[in-house]
Amino acid sequence: MSGFPPPKPKENEQHSSITLRMNAPLYDSIGPKGWNPTLGMIMPKPAHLCSRNDTRSASYKYPSWRKLAMATAAMSLLGLSACSKGILDPQGPIAEANKTILIDSIAIMLAIVIPTMIATVGFAWWYRASNTRATYRPDFAHSGAVELVVWSIPILVILLLGGVAWIGSHDLDPAKPIESTEQPLDIQVVALDWKWLFIYPDGHVATVNELTVPVNVPLRMSLTSSSVMNVFFVPQLGTMIYAMSGMQSPLNLMASSEGTFHGLGAHYSGAGFSDMSFKVNAVSKEQFQAWLAKAQTAPERLDRAAYEELARQSSPVAPKTFTLADPGLFDAIVRHKIPPGPGPQPESASSTPSVSSSNGG
Amino acid sequence: MFGKLTWAAIPFDQPIPLVTSAIVGLIVGAVLLWVLVKGYLPYIWREWITSVDHKRIGVMYVLLASIMLLRGFADALMMRAQQAFAFNAPGYLPPEHYDQIFTAHGTIMIFFVAMPFVTGLMNFVVPLQLGVRDVAFPTINSVGFWLTATGALLINLSLFVGEFARTGWLAYPPLSEAAYSPGVGVDYYLWALQIAGVGTLTSGINLVTTILKVRTYGMTYLRMPVFCWTALASNLLIIAAFPILTATLVMLTLDRYLGFHFFTNDGGGNAMMFINLIWAWGHPEVYILILPAFGVFSEVVSTFSGKPLFGYRSMVAATMGICILSFMVWLHHFFTMGAGPDVNAVFGIATMIIAVPTGVKIYNWLFTMYGGRIRFETPMLWSVGFIITFIVGGMTGVLMAVPPADFVLHNSLFLIAHFHNVIIGGVVFGLFAGYTYWFPKAFGFKLDEELGKKAFWCWFIGYYVAFTPLYILGFLGMTRRMQHYDVAAWQPWLIIAGIGALIILAGIGFQVAQIVVSIRNREALRDVTGDPWDGRSLEWSIASPPPVFNFAFMPDVSGEEAYWTVKQTARSQGALIPRPPYQPIEMPRNTATGFVCAIFSSIMGFALIWQIWWMLGLGAFGAFATFVVFAWRDHDEYEIPAATVEALDAENRRARGIALEDYLKTNPIEERQSA
Repeated sequence: MSGFPPPKPKENEQHSSITLRMNAPLYDSIGPKGWNPTLGMIMPKPAHLCSRNDTRSASYKYPSWRKLAMATAAMSLLGLSACSKGILDPQGPIAEANKTILIDSIAIMLAIVIPTMIATVGFAWWYRASNTRATYRPDFAHSGAVELVVWSIPILVILLLGGVAWIGSHDLDPAKPIESTEQPLDIQVVALDWKWLFIYPDGHVATVNELTVPVNVPLRMSLTSSSVMNVFFVPQLGTMIYAMSGMQSPLNLMASSEGTFHGLGAHYSGAGFSDMSFKVNAVSKEQFQAWLAKAQTAPERLDRAAYEELARQSSPVAPKTFTLADPGLFDAIVRHKIPPGPGPQPESASSTPSVSSSNGG
Repeated sequence: MFGKLTWAAIPFDQPIPLVTSAIVGLIVGAVLLWVLVKGYLPYIWREWITSVDHKRIGVMYVLLASIMLLRGFADALMMRAQQAFAFNAPGYLPPEHYDQIFTAHGTIMIFFVAMPFVTGLMNFVVPLQLGVRDVAFPTINSVGFWLTATGALLINLSLFVGEFARTGWLAYPPLSEAAYSPGVGVDYYLWALQIAGVGTLTSGINLVTTILKVRTYGMTYLRMPVFCWTALASNLLIIAAFPILTATLVMLTLDRYLGFHFFTNDGGGNAMMFINLIWAWGHPEVYILILPAFGVFSEVVSTFSGKPLFGYRSMVAATMGICILSFMVWLHHFFTMGAGPDVNAVFGIATMIIAVPTGVKIYNWLFTMYGGRIRFETPMLWSVGFIITFIVGGMTGVLMAVPPADFVLHNSLFLIAHFHNVIIGGVVFGLFAGYTYWFPKAFGFKLDEELGKKAFWCWFIGYYVAFTPLYILGFLGMTRRMQHYDVAAWQPWLIIAGIGALIILAGIGFQVAQIVVSIRNREALRDVTGDPWDGRSLEWSIASPPPVFNFAFMPDVSGEEAYWTVKQTARSQGALIPRPPYQPIEMPRNTATGFVCAIFSSIMGFALIWQIWWMLGLGAFGAFATFVVFAWRDHDEYEIPAATVEALDAENRRARGIALEDYLKTNPIEERQSA
């Protein structure tokens, strides 16, 4: 992550207008090359709070006030929870940038929040009725100077934070491609009841409840849902996005280190919602190719009929792999060429054969 | 004959709702029996159920809110217990039940606890502070209350008959559409909110009209207490926002009942329309709740610091600024739906701008305390607890207004912690401060201080123990509404949160005990002066509890602190203001319109939920007939003779005279003049 500002996106770049369109054609925009989505230009990268990342920023010199603010932010935020695989332990550039903005924003605000809290306790204590040393000023009800200050402080903070929000929103637009020398990997995601379907259109395979990705390769994802809304979220990879029927949401993520990350559905979607967690395996490129080759020999084929069976509600669903029989499947789901799935049904209706029994999985 | 209603709707096979139903049924039955046996029914009918007195209606609103708080809090305890146990385990609540509980918790806490509590306080206090005898439309006021009660009744009925929604408290489609939620749960949600929403809207119109058109002599806008300003802002928001909710729910109803396609997946519907519309109501709703709480804090901090509110005009400007800005930020509830960077950034920054007037308010309360002589009685404890807690909630709110931060915090337990931080630390603390502050005005005796302080500390500490872990869980990537989970690191924090909920339970226990003990010791706690806190606004110039007409004569206001000015004049002159010439007072007659209307509305709501069309016709006819009968009434007012008014006021003047003498004994005039 360099400390240089990212170049401006090109004028004719369309990423802001393709975010969500009903029944839109498959998103195929390739963004500008040569910029990165972190907020390096606003603030230097914060000290990493988890030990395994310490080496990366150990050499950076922070101004002392910043160090102090960071330490305070870190202490008040993390408590005992450091290094616990959540959003504060990012494993990709997007998550890294999300975290930087999060910590910076908290640090900016703590600069006035802490003094205000101290003043509250201080005033309340000092001016208690029993304190005879405190001066009683029963008519002190207006002061132009104080008014000026109390309006100015929040305005200044908001000016600063507003800048963070504006730049951050643009740099971290989920639709914005990630700059890399690697060719992005297309992944299509369908939220089903109650599992996730991941389609690798170029690899001609699909998986359920397990996402295997190569590290340091941008993931160009498109998301939709077969019935009700859900949100695709891998805390350690950053930015989440809604998956909605009849629409596709673009999302660009990347894993920068190997490992297994926890992913989950982050929008309540019915009775089996809690079982919508999944594993993300970030592996080396070679391992990914090996995995893909093996997946391509999976006995089960995902065609329209198999998809419609899969879309029926079931939970929890163990990970499984298909070969992709119909490369246009995702498009057909988004465009409702395959009608929306049956969705969550009352318990009585759920006795219909579920995916695990009918597919032998 | 009975539409969708069959015996299967009664949860005979589910022990938790069945036992709860039985217990609630027994309690309600016992209370009714007690009322009947003791012969209290005529009194309750005459003085409360049919009352159009804004004070009585305000008290009933608060009572309704308090009972619903117990229900909503029971839901919260069940959720905390479920999540504390449900690591790689099913817990004790199956998803079908758990999902109803979190939906009911949110719906009840917002619509049937916070809203009626806020409305109740405004109803009780605003006319008193404005120096008038009632709200602009007393009968509509009664109707509004009873319709709110109808909504609460329907939502609680869903526990015993049928089921409640399993959609989350905002019933997002497409999940809430007939295709995916075919049961009656969402219909209970829709009709309960629609009926209660009509009540809220009428109450909003009523209070806005009152504040704009019904004020005593000399009570110009910039002399109104800040609580009246916040009530004005809040009710303007109700008038502007609740029709959006009504329209949105009507559209969902049309989808569900008549096969429309506003928000469905198919037929050209778009669920995102619902999300936009519901939050166009939902965000102003947040300020509908918090602004009156800000008003309470302004009154309490000023009174207990013994100083005028610092920066009164700033406070008014900040209040009205928040009122307008609150309509421009709704999209921040769904940054992660992919609106694009420009839209996200604009709404993010608009959201942050609200922090400016809010920050100003915090500083103004701070400078009100500065140079004060602060008495730490219970209302002031709630206020200081609020300032400290609310600053954190405001900070986390602004944090989530930064879209890239929200991209990892949306829907997480961090969000849950944030809005409980501002709702408990802001709204609830404010309501409890107001409740303790105005209780002696309503009933003529103070609440027990000792138990009140214990309740405060339990709530204050309990809040931090219950919700700080949720902030941390948000950082650990835990999302909301999980019935079980498979991440071991989450469980310890959920257990701590459960302990926090138990500490809050202790706080509620102390509050219940406080009421019982205070009623028992009411003679010792009696407020004989009508001014127990050395207050500054007009409600403290009359007896506690006030006579039905509030003011024996309409006060003439000459400054920002109407009663403080009068009191200081009396103290410096060593005499009360001269006896006014008493006139007969006309007051509105009590009417059963609201209550009868609510009974028919309940029948209508029940019929619509279960699709029993003959019953719907009966309810609709009855409700309409009630209004025709009301419209044809001949006598709508009665007169209180001047002699009665004089007699009642003489009692108040006598008490004031004694209080003044006591004051002069400790603070002789000569000494103060030389000082």
